[in-house]
Amino acid sequence: MRLQQTPAPPPEGRPLLEVRDLRVSFFTPAGEVRAVRGITYQVDYGEVVGIVGESGSGKSVEAYAIMGLLQPPGRVVGGAVTFEGEDVLAFSPRALTTFRGGRAAMIFQNPMTSLNPVYSVGEQLMEALRAHQKAASRREAAQRAAGMLERVGIHNPERRMRQYPHELSGGMRQRVMIAMGLICHPKLLIADEPTTALDVTIQAQILELMKDLQRQTGMGILFITHNLGVVAELCHKVCVMYAGKLVEQGAVDDIFYRPGHPYTEGLLRSMPRLDDQERRRLIPIQGTPVDLLDPPAGCPFAPRCPHAMEVCLGRMPPYVELGPGHRSACWLRVREGLSTSPAGGEEASHG
Amino acid sequence: MAEHDILLQVEHLTKYFPLKGQPGPGIRAVEDVSVTLRRGETLGLVGESGCGKTTLGRTILRLHEPTSGAIVYDGVPLYRRDYPFQPNERGELVKRSVPRAQAVDMLPYRRRMQIIFQDPSASLDPRMTVGEIVGEALDIHKLCRGRAQRAARIRELLSMVGLNPEHAGRYPHEFSGGQQQRVGIARALAVEPEFIVCDEPISALDVSIQSQVVNMLEDMQAQLGLTYLFIAHDLSVVRHISRRIGVMYLGALVELSESWELCRRPLHPYTQTLLSAVPVPDPERARSRQRMVLQGDIPSPIHPPAGCRFHTRCPYAAGRCRKEVPPFREHTPGHWAACHLLGGDNPSAPVES
Ligand SMILES: Nc1ncnc2c1ncn2[C@@H]1O[C@H](COP(=O)(O)OP(=O)(O)O)[C@@H](O)[C@H]1O
Ligand SMILES: Nc1ncnc2c1ncn2[C@@H]1O[C@H](COP(=O)(O)OP(=O)(O)O)[C@@H](O)[C@H]1O
Ligand code: SF4
Ligand code: SF4
Ligand SMILES: [Mg+2]
Ligand SMILES: [Mg+2]
Repeated sequence: MRLQQTPAPPPEGRPLLEVRDLRVSFFTPAGEVRAVRGITYQVDYGEVVGIVGESGSGKSVEAYAIMGLLQPPGRVVGGAVTFEGEDVLAFSPRALTTFRGGRAAMIFQNPMTSLNPVYSVGEQLMEALRAHQKAASRREAAQRAAGMLERVGIHNPERRMRQYPHELSGGMRQRVMIAMGLICHPKLLIADEPTTALDVTIQAQILELMKDLQRQTGMGILFITHNLGVVAELCHKVCVMYAGKLVEQGAVDDIFYRPGHPYTEGLLRSMPRLDDQERRRLIPIQGTPVDLLDPPAGCPFAPRCPHAMEVCLGRMPPYVELGPGHRSACWLRVREGLSTSPAGGEEASHG
Repeated sequence: MAEHDILLQVEHLTKYFPLKGQPGPGIRAVEDVSVTLRRGETLGLVGESGCGKTTLGRTILRLHEPTSGAIVYDGVPLYRRDYPFQPNERGELVKRSVPRAQAVDMLPYRRRMQIIFQDPSASLDPRMTVGEIVGEALDIHKLCRGRAQRAARIRELLSMVGLNPEHAGRYPHEFSGGQQQRVGIARALAVEPEFIVCDEPISALDVSIQSQVVNMLEDMQAQLGLTYLFIAHDLSVVRHISRRIGVMYLGALVELSESWELCRRPLHPYTQTLLSAVPVPDPERARSRQRMVLQGDIPSPIHPPAGCRFHTRCPYAAGRCRKEVPPFREHTPGHWAACHLLGGDNPSAPVES
């Protein structure tokens, strides 16, 4: 079965989502936690973009900012988020509610954060639909909900609709949440570590499902994860995040076969892989992640980077174009004499 | 294999968690697991969550009292009891009377057998400094004479696991997750154990920190001649660190083999699907490979399926699989698996993966 609605064909040259120099801080008693420090990327219509980075690098905060879900003391302190040409950061609270769950939807690592324990699965799905399509009758909503559950691989949807979230297994709940996210046919789905808490077997089911749904609906996906294997499976494009900055971005093959940043290289080299041909000593990334209350003035990776130079400590490296759509923020690449752009290097004016 | 090479023998080990007010066996968390660990080796244990890995590890240490089976450690039987159930005419397990368990006092063995937990923050007392945490282990077994010796030993242990010994006076929350896990490892090493159950020691850590801890565990093993039971759900890490791997499904061991052999030539259909589910960080291969996706969820361990426990999800399940429990057999030297398709001594896998 195909979903009836597919997104409009991409208008000439306009991306689905454009994030430009986005900055988010948390104003805590201990000081300003600069969780997202100027990131720029875009998601095209029908494109799956992965955001990888270790915990605390700002992946969730960035996604919350896009969806207008930031809670105080968190606040967007700079930059722009544009969705189909519209300024999301300027949306009124009312415009935001129709935006969320309508044209853009978000799913989370823990399904219980978006499933309400006291309503049945069916009630929640129908509510999600009717919040955006008021005209839908109850009967029609019930039919659409059942159809959506079937689409995410849930057999016997009528029975499941009468059940409550706690009666479902982890994998089943994740499917229900995906169904809720997709019921209004969003053009963009933001998935924040949706498989991190699942077993690999269930993760494989969910990834296959997301691939299928993406192909059929043509929606764009922003997929947040710390698992490089998952990125390779699913994404067209990858953004590597470190300490609130995008240190590298490019097509999935660029990132895996031609990494242009020492952090990306370090991540790829540090873990054993099932396709290793023989046992080898692991090469860890030394040291520990950055404290965002007091981030380093220069390259955030400098304290852990085996190639760090004098200049790295003092100044944020600019972006270097390594190829079409492939950019890295690293002084090594600057030294190689490639062309640069300042997107990553405006730190001083905000410091 | 010479007798003295064997550190631990586990025979038909079974652990049921009774359910209140119910006469049957309850939750059949671990059932009839037999495995041998050689001195200095690492045996990896993989399987989906809830399959009984933690219960097996803890039951071997007798942190859970076993239901039945035998545990022989360094030639000494720590525990032995016959299986206290039998199937009735409807196939339900009902109690039968068996002699009392033979069991020894574990205290002298607590020192030799240690455990490292998954969640470093939950396993460390937040009100104690890391020095006190490590020191407490020394005190329980009276391993230090005098304060000076004790303090020196704490410093030595902290530096051994790569922590700054000057930080002995700090509290767990002042450390990162990776550093907290190192504290947990220092506490385990304090009593100079021979055998450590590592229960998902890196699962809660960041990718960039995981390999630091894996390397440290390997170094400790080389320096101190430790034997590990390494539990994890990440097969690539388990293959890296283990000499042999056991695969568990719903409380039972379904395959056991040298670790690279297991990943190259998995015999059991469950192992094949598990391997096929691991995402490979190689986009080219990810695009080209055909995945065996396992359908459905793991069944309840209260009523595991009759016959082969995997039959409800196995793509090759046949009539016999629903009735007869497949025997755990050695198919090629050192490679064991329990599946009817494998036949008696026919070593070929049901499918090439
Ligand atoms: N409510 C909050 N108050 C203060 N700091 C916060 C808050 N939420 C997130 N942060 C900080 O923002 C940073 C990024 O967090 P997050 O986006 O959740 O990381 P990720 O999703 O990459 O693991 C973290 O360092 C965290 O300390
Ligand atoms: N203390 C306990 N009491 C009752 N049931 C338990 C207990 N510990 C584990 N179980 C049950 O035993 C089964 C195996 O659990 P566990 O050993 O934790 O699996 P794993 O470590 O492989 O995830 C699960 O069904 C679990 O719910
Ligand atoms: S800019 Fe310098 S410190 Fe940063 S990644 Fe490049 S070489 Fe390393
Ligand atoms: S015994 Fe039958 S059901 Fe069990 S794994 Fe083998 S083929 Fe599958
Ligand atoms: Mg997050
Ligand atoms: Mg466990």
